[in-house]
Amino acid sequence: METFLHRIDEVGAQERVARLFSRSIKKESKIHALKTVLSMIDLTTLEGKDSPGKVKQLCYKAAHLHDQFPDLPTVAAICVYPTMVPVAKKALRDTGLKVASVATAFPSGMTSLSYKLEEVKMVVDAGADEVDMVISRGKFLQGEYHYVSDEIAQVKEACGKSHLKVILETGELVTLDNVRFASDIAMAAGADFIKTSTGKVSPAATPPVVLVMLEAIRDYYNQTGKKIGMKPAGGISKAKLAVQYLVMVRETLGQDWLTADLFRFGASSLANDILMQIVKQSTGVYQSANYFSID
Amino acid sequence: MNKREDVKKTYKLYIGGKFPRTESGRYFKWTDPKNSTVVNMCRGSRKDFRNAVVSARSAFSGWRSKTAYNRSQILYRIGEMLEGRRGQFMDELILQGASKKEAENEINQSIDRLIYYAGWADKYQQVFSRVNPVASSYFNFSYPEPTGVVSAIAPDEPSLIGLVSIVAPIIAGGNTVVVLASEAKPLCSITFAEVLHTSDVPGGVVNILTGYRSELLEHFSSHMDVNAIVYCGNVKEEIKFVQENAALNVKRPIVYTDENWLDKKVQDPYRILNTLEIKTTWHPVGI
Amino acid sequence: METTTIKSDLKTDWSYSPAPESTDHIRINQQVDLFINGEFIPSEKEKYFETINPANEKKLADVAEADKTDVSKAVSAARKAYENVWSKMDPAERGKYIYRIARLIQERAREFAIIETMDGGKPIRESRDIDIPLVSAHFFYYAGWADKLEYAFPGKQAKPLGVAGQIIPWNFPLLMAAWKIAPALATGNTVVLKPAETTPLTAMKLAEIIQEADLPPGVVNIINGNGKTGRALVEHPDIDKIAFTGSTDVGKLIMKTVAGTGKKYTLELGGKAANIIFEDAAIDQAVEGIINGIFFNQGHVCCAGSRLFVQESVADTVISKLKDRMETLIVGDPLDKNTDIGAINSKMQLDKIKMYVDMGLNEGGTIYQSSCKLPEKGYWHAPTLFTDVSQSHRIVQEEIFGPVLAVQTFRTVDEVITKANNTPYGLSGGVWSDKGAKIFKVSKAIRAGVLWANTFNKFDPASPFGGYKESGMGREGGLEGLMPYVNLV
Repeated sequence: METFLHRIDEVGAQERVARLFSRSIKKESKIHALKTVLSMIDLTTLEGKDSPGKVKQLCYKAAHLHDQFPDLPTVAAICVYPTMVPVAKKALRDTGLKVASVATAFPSGMTSLSYKLEEVKMVVDAGADEVDMVISRGKFLQGEYHYVSDEIAQVKEACGKSHLKVILETGELVTLDNVRFASDIAMAAGADFIKTSTGKVSPAATPPVVLVMLEAIRDYYNQTGKKIGMKPAGGISKAKLAVQYLVMVRETLGQDWLTADLFRFGASSLANDILMQIVKQSTGVYQSANYFSID
Repeated sequence: MNKREDVKKTYKLYIGGKFPRTESGRYFKWTDPKNSTVVNMCRGSRKDFRNAVVSARSAFSGWRSKTAYNRSQILYRIGEMLEGRRGQFMDELILQGASKKEAENEINQSIDRLIYYAGWADKYQQVFSRVNPVASSYFNFSYPEPTGVVSAIAPDEPSLIGLVSIVAPIIAGGNTVVVLASEAKPLCSITFAEVLHTSDVPGGVVNILTGYRSELLEHFSSHMDVNAIVYCGNVKEEIKFVQENAALNVKRPIVYTDENWLDKKVQDPYRILNTLEIKTTWHPVGI
Repeated sequence: METTTIKSDLKTDWSYSPAPESTDHIRINQQVDLFINGEFIPSEKEKYFETINPANEKKLADVAEADKTDVSKAVSAARKAYENVWSKMDPAERGKYIYRIARLIQERAREFAIIETMDGGKPIRESRDIDIPLVSAHFFYYAGWADKLEYAFPGKQAKPLGVAGQIIPWNFPLLMAAWKIAPALATGNTVVLKPAETTPLTAMKLAEIIQEADLPPGVVNIINGNGKTGRALVEHPDIDKIAFTGSTDVGKLIMKTVAGTGKKYTLELGGKAANIIFEDAAIDQAVEGIINGIFFNQGHVCCAGSRLFVQESVADTVISKLKDRMETLIVGDPLDKNTDIGAINSKMQLDKIKMYVDMGLNEGGTIYQSSCKLPEKGYWHAPTLFTDVSQSHRIVQEEIFGPVLAVQTFRTVDEVITKANNTPYGLSGGVWSDKGAKIFKVSKAIRAGVLWANTFNKFDPASPFGGYKESGMGREGGLEGLMPYVNLV
């Protein structure tokens, strides 16, 4: 397998992020950005204590973000554990919203490939539109890149028509060189999206990591003509940060990627902050969280 | 019994590690103060100077990339060789007008000065280098590098230690030099070249010309491939002339006036620094 | 690839709304006088010249022009302040004044940033995030040196020189003022500063701060004018030291003028820096470094990385990425917080840049310019790069001082070192490689005073800056920056 072709300088990446994040997004461009962010959210609940009741509430929220503002877009999808897929699927029937399920022994991935494939088949059979898998970070750090690649390819096959998002769990890969290489492996192995994190490891999505993954997507597109999607996840709870990520996408990949088809936010509380900001922008008054339903 | 005739020495130039006559074929008569000896000194020309600069330039990259330890040893070796040839310098200095005591003192001081700068050759870098605490994620350090090819007008007197005192810090710093010897007392400068020649100093690192200061000053100060000029003397018009010409290529003009070259006060590492450049390098600190 | 379609009528043509920095809290005096002996006074002949905003060609103020008499007035104020007050003051107290200046600049930072941008044309992002913070940092750094000079030069005592005449350029007006004034004051000298003709305003604001800081009258004097005023300052017999930043031509003239006078001088002159990208570099960061190297401050930077050398094996990739990146640069209103490239400083400079671009085309270079729209009023130039040029093209040899990059390719390390050094200049250089040993080898081999390895155009008060060869002599910044203002005895 090709070794590290793309080197990343951490300080340079941080400086690029700082420059991108210094963009000042105001007025119409801010409203537009906030709505766009909203439409890109994978509303997520991934907890051991999740129950059908919790998931149903979340699905209702996803479809009815803020009924006072009818022209708002809905979120893109909801993201749940495998056992909750049938519940979500049923709750979202006729809404047009997608159901994404994590799979492959999320979040650690520490089981055999056959179990992982079994799990993927299970969620796909249950109707998951999108599958969020985790890569085998241990294998990656051991240098077993073929293993990592083959696993992704087999999961992709198991997905059938469902979309595959490949979670790199960048907090465990540690270096940006690793992030870049893992991105390249995932894309070459068939990922439809690459995704930063499970949300269970700290740090989750960091701006330099997202930048490096976007640059990987850009290079892959320039080489192959294939557009791969990107999903930062974990720790994105504020509208300001989300808008800054949009700036990053716009200036790294261009306008084409500013759509939920190619960019998602994995988040649980971001939607409400966006809503607060949208209301603030249209009323001119700063908002309180008490006025926005939590689920 | 027949009297044995002396074999007289021919004084030539020292360019690129060789002892050529001046390409111009010209000479000037040098007579000792007692009018006992007449010597035909080479009257170096503009072209000799140009050739010397070419030699100095081509020797520069080798000399600057030698280890500091190696340069230090070579400077020490010059001191050793000078010590070994005291007799010859005694004769010449006395012939040039010095008393025996004066000659002895000048030779001693010259040797000591060489040893002094030999010691600095691998230390000034530490004195003049720093790590700069910049307020960002960078490792930033500054260190001195030689400025390049230096031309030098040696003081008229004292002619040996004057020459040694300006050449030693220049080459200790990794520069190469073309030096114009004392016009009044030129003998020991060429003999000093013989010392250099036997001291592992690579050819072209030090080049010594004899000739007329009035004629050569223009070329020493205006040559576009010379990075700095050291001028020793106190003739105001000459200083102005040198500094004006230096502007042609932003040469660093270094002027030493009224120095007591026999005094230890004229030796310090700042004289090395005068023909050095500070380079600052930035590099990110990250993974 | 099958796509998931989301119900959304959002179009993907998102652009940024204007985000202009508010200027309503900024006060620019319509008439700006000379600052001599702690007071603002008109020039002897009461002659004024206009300073304009290069982004809209509107007049900002009338500025008093100093002639010989005014220069003499300023110099004698500086001399008196030197003899009677400043050189006699306890160095620690001197330091406290300088600290005070640093603090006052921090307090009024935004005001300075906005005026710098209006008078000079640079983007507010740069004046706000780079220039002005560096200005206060510079004063802060040198303030602390004032009472510690005996530790700076082992074996020697550092004595002040007297009165320093300082002439600064228009590309970093206030920053250059700080680079000049801070070390001069810390070492016990007094100052007559002449800002550039097109950018006098922030220096005059600094004069206000110097007044506010209660600096003894005459310690800092600031006068304005063109080259004539500068010449009068250089020629003034009672000046002990000239510090100049500007073109190599003027630097040479100054050397000639002060020859034989015994005046000390430091020169910070032009450059034509090589920025070298090796195949094993972190390419995306290198591209960013190229951008910063040449388009920072519209390319009005003496240390700009104006000669790009890319190793052949990655040349296509780098150049295509570079072009993509150039497309994202926002050119326009310097006061807009999103502007990357502001206005060219003056009509004269714009004409010079255009002349070089024409020359590049005539010499057979291939041009690429980003497709940005340029405003109609004001002086503007699109980010530009030339390929198919070589060391023998004039646009590769001469300093353009604008957003114009000349790109060459190379094959081996030795080849690129030779080409990089094939210039009379030696101010700065850049080298990009992930291989440490190569970084050290190449950065050592480049004959220049500042080497940016895996970065470019970074500045810090603690970091010495200055050139080899025709790029000048002396260093500014860091401990080395004290040297030009002292006699070692």
